[in-house]
Order: sequence, then C-alpha cells, then structure tokens
Amino acid sequence: MSSRALRVGALSVAFIVLAALPIWVGNQYYINIASQILFWAVFALALNVLVGYGGLVSLGHAALFAMAGYTAGLMLAAGHGHFAADLTAIVVTLITSAVFAVLALRSTGIGFLMITLALGQILWGIAYRWASLTNGDNGVNVRSRPAPFGFELATADAFYYATFVVFVLAVMSMAVFVRSPFGASLRGTRDQARRMNALGYNVWLIRFLAFLLSGFWSGIAGILFVYYNQFISPQVVALQTSAEVLLMVISGGTATLLGPIAGATIVVIMKNVVSAYIERWNLVLGIIFVAIISFMPEGLVPGTVRLWRMGRQALRAKPAAKPDKLRDGRP
Amino acid sequence: MSLWLTLAVNSIALGGLLFLLSAGFSLIFGLMRIPNLMHGSFFMLGAYFGVTFLGKGMNFFLAALLSGVAMAIIGAAIERFLLRRLAGQELPQVLLTLGFSFIVADICLMIWTGDPWQPPTPRELVGAVQVASLFFPIYRLAIVAVAVVIAIALWLLVDWTRLGAMIRAGVDDAPIARVVGIKVSQLFTLVFALGAGLAAFGGVMGAPYLSVYPGLDAEMLPLALIVVILGGTGSLLGALVGSFLIGFLYNFGQAMFPDLAYVILFLPMLLVLVLRPQGLFGRVVT
Repeated sequence: MSSRALRVGALSVAFIVLAALPIWVGNQYYINIASQILFWAVFALALNVLVGYGGLVSLGHAALFAMAGYTAGLMLAAGHGHFAADLTAIVVTLITSAVFAVLALRSTGIGFLMITLALGQILWGIAYRWASLTNGDNGVNVRSRPAPFGFELATADAFYYATFVVFVLAVMSMAVFVRSPFGASLRGTRDQARRMNALGYNVWLIRFLAFLLSGFWSGIAGILFVYYNQFISPQVVALQTSAEVLLMVISGGTATLLGPIAGATIVVIMKNVVSAYIERWNLVLGIIFVAIISFMPEGLVPGTVRLWRMGRQALRAKPAAKPDKLRDGRP
Repeated sequence: MSLWLTLAVNSIALGGLLFLLSAGFSLIFGLMRIPNLMHGSFFMLGAYFGVTFLGKGMNFFLAALLSGVAMAIIGAAIERFLLRRLAGQELPQVLLTLGFSFIVADICLMIWTGDPWQPPTPRELVGAVQVASLFFPIYRLAIVAVAVVIAIALWLLVDWTRLGAMIRAGVDDAPIARVVGIKVSQLFTLVFALGAGLAAFGGVMGAPYLSVYPGLDAEMLPLALIVVILGGTGSLLGALVGSFLIGFLYNFGQAMFPDLAYVILFLPMLLVLVLRPQGLFGRVVT
C-alpha cells in the first residue's frame, strides 16, 4: 500500500471511530472526557499556528480562550440569545487578538513570549479584580447550552457530536492553512524572516494574520469550553491554562497537525486521571514539562515518527545485509 | 497622615521591593538571554524560607540574608546543572523554568499550606519617624533604604569593578568576551545566583508588608516583566526607575480605580512598547 493510501485509510478509520465514539463508549463520563479532549485539541491546534508554523511562542493564549468564554457567558447572563452571544464573543476575541498581536509583534522570540505573558496576566487581573463586570472569583454561570438548528446539546452525546463537528472543521481549516500559500509564507517568516522581507513579503502582516487565525480558533474553543462547563472563572485565564495548552502543543510536537491533537489527548487524560487520585496536578504538570524538555525535546509525535522510521529502515536493511555477508566468503 | 502621603510611602516601599525582584531578573535576561519564569518563585520561596527562619526566633535581617544566600545556592545549582545544558535554546529554557515554577508553587502549598503567612513587623522597625508634622513608618522607609543601598552597590559592582566590566563585556558580546579570556559561563552562574538571592532577600523584606501566600509568585512575575519591559533589559537604572514607576501606578491605581488596577499598570507598558520598544533605558543591540 502506498503511503498516501495508508494515510487516507488511517484518517477514514480515525474519523469513523471518533464519529461513532458515543456508540461504542456508552459511558457518559468517558464521552465527556472525549468532548474535553476535542475542544482542547481545537485550542492546541490554534496555538500551534503561532508556535509551530510561525515560531512565535505565546504564553497569553488563555486570555483569548477566556475572553471568548467570558464574553459569551456574560452576554448569556445578561439575557441575550445564544447566537448573539457567540457572535459577539468571536468578534470581541478577534479584536483582543488584534490588540495582542499589534503589541506582541513589536518583538519576536523571548520578547514576544514575555509581552504575551504580561498581556495574559493583565486580562487575568481584569477577570479577577473587576468584580462588578466579571463577578470576580465567583465566576460566571451559564444556565443552558444552545440548540443549534433545533439540535439540543444538553446531553453528553449531543454535546460530543457538536464538539466533533467543530473539531473536524478546525482540523480541515488547519490542513488547508498548512498547504496554502499563506501557510507557506508563515513558515517562511519563521525560518528566514529577513529573506522573506527581501523577497517583498510583508512579514509583519503575515504574522498578524496568523495571530488572528490563532485567536479565532482559540475563541471557538473558549466558547465550547464555557458551554461544556456552563461556568467560567478567573482560573481559566491564569498562566496555568496558557502553560497547559502550550504543553499540549509541545508534547505532541510543534508544526504537525497530529501533534497538538495527540498532546491534548495525553494532557486531558492525564489531568483527569491524576486529579482523581491526588490534588497535585500542578506538580505533575511541572514535572512533565521538565521531563519532556530533558528527554524528548522534539515532542512525542515527531519522536515516535523518528523511532518508527528508524525501526522500518532497520527491518529493510536486515535482508539486504545478509547477502553481503555471504559474499564475504567467510565460512 | 493624609491618604495621599500613605499611598506615596507605600508606593516607594513597593518600588523598593520590585527593584530587589527585577534587578536580578533584568540582569539574567540581559546577560544570559534567559527568560527566567521562575523568578517569582524565587521571591515566594525566599519569603517562605524567611517566614520559617523568623518563626525560629531569628533576627529579621539575618533571616533575609540567610534566605537570600540559600536561594543563591539553589539558583546556582539550577543554572549550572539544568539551564546550562540548554544554553542558547530559548524555548526549552522558558519551559524548564515554567515547569519549575509550577513544581515550586505546589511544593510550597504542600509545606506551608494555603493559608497566608504574615510575620510581624520586626521589633526594631516598628513605629514611625516624624518629619515636620508628618509621620513615616520606619519599616517602609527601611525597605526603601535597603533597596537604594543595594541599587548603589549593584551600580558600583557593574560600572566600577573589574567583575562588572567582565559582566558588561558578556552582555555586549559573549563570544568575543570568551575569546579574550573571560569565563562567561562562570559569570552566568554568578549572575543567576545573585538574581535568585536578591529576589529571595526581597521576598523576606516584603513579607511583613505583602505577606506570603500561594499565588504570590504568579503575582510578582508579571510585575517584574513589566518593570523590565519598561526599563529596558539589562539596565539597572531602568529597573530602578521602572520599579518605582510601577510601585506608584500599582498603589495609586488600586486606591483610585480598584477594578482597573491591572489595566493601569499595562498602559505605560503599552506606551513604551509602541514608542520605544527597547525600553526607557535600554540600548538597541545591533
């Protein structure tokens, strides 16, 4: 089988398995975890646009995620409809992303990271301190999930299907983005910013648009998050959230489509398992960070791919090596 | 004493603490290009050390010094054995220090519990001095005095000693500094230890004022970041001016617009980023 056919086959199998997940899993608890994995994966894919393809590491993305969640939550609490609330949330998140981008893109590398970190902490401060708007530490409750096209999302199954549809759209948009001239030029600005500039590309604009794309999908993930939990609090805006999603991207492998999805799966499952036994999730999160940096700096997906290729080459090499040895003429 | 004067004194005191925190951060960032995201953790862990020493009946300044020395040793070990292996790789360094900050935060929560600790103001610093008809609390003035003394000491060290000249050479061009025989990696360890120690020292100095509680690290780190973005990386004068500026903005912002205190902190950073991206006292590195 050619590698292309293999990929199409694997993708179709994955699609069918995921689409039918509520049927073969059955248990509500696990279906809910699957929903969590999918919307975190959307968030991780969004961050990967900047981290993986743009080479711009943001530590303030929780602010964009939470901006959408808070806007939707507050609009709903004020009595607006779901459509208006979600639309406003996306628009507000895009505006916030634009402001973040304009400020953070004054710099690249560590400077970019530091500025996004500072901006993220400022939004955390607003969520936490501006109690008259955000209800401070008590958070915002969302009374009901929406019913798009008359499809009620109240049950775990229904919510999973809705999340799955969004997830598939996100993966498709990422696949298109990666292959598009825009994706190629973004990778160009990552690898050779000055050369891209000399070739006449507007490096700043390419990065700015990438930031908006990233912000858009972060916002979508944030809306899914707030509908899933029906609650949002300043905890979501905290540095831990930005760090967790960055861990998803990096542990899975940056600049791959599958990496952030694998990373989100690992981190969400680990978080649920660890939280069930001990209260020390932050400790575990920190240790995973340190361990990945020390032992598998390229991430789990590229690391596994590397091992897989090495294994296959070793298998192919063996039969070819045998006749050589025979020709040596040794007994 | 009027409200404004109280605020001003508090602002200067907070500025002093911020300088102790961000001077090291700025040097580490400027010299080693390490975005040390565990700097807030040094501050918090140092403060917890100090609280423990104080609980054993130790003198306040001795506790602060001891905590600073302990943290300098820990900092040196982290730099020498972990960060050194990642030299020049910014992203892994960020993630490593971030990972450590989570580990430290959780360990502190385990050992010192989630309750805030607020040691009493040291006995020798209780009370106030009277100037004309105004009273100034001695403890707040002491923080400022200590910060100013350390600022002058750091300035003398960096600008007027051989060691300082070597550090500056390392900041400007590490490869060339190495070529002329300066042991830049030893300087790195030294500067990292110094920064960690200063942060811990500041944490203890500030403990009776800020108190020590889980999340203090995440609250101090962005302040150090903003100070450094404002003042310019690697610039001590920038760190000093930025610290007092942020001290004033933070206290006056909290008093006048409590809801928006964080936004007010962010405005000068925004202005500096747009008008002078290298920071107020930063140099453009070519």
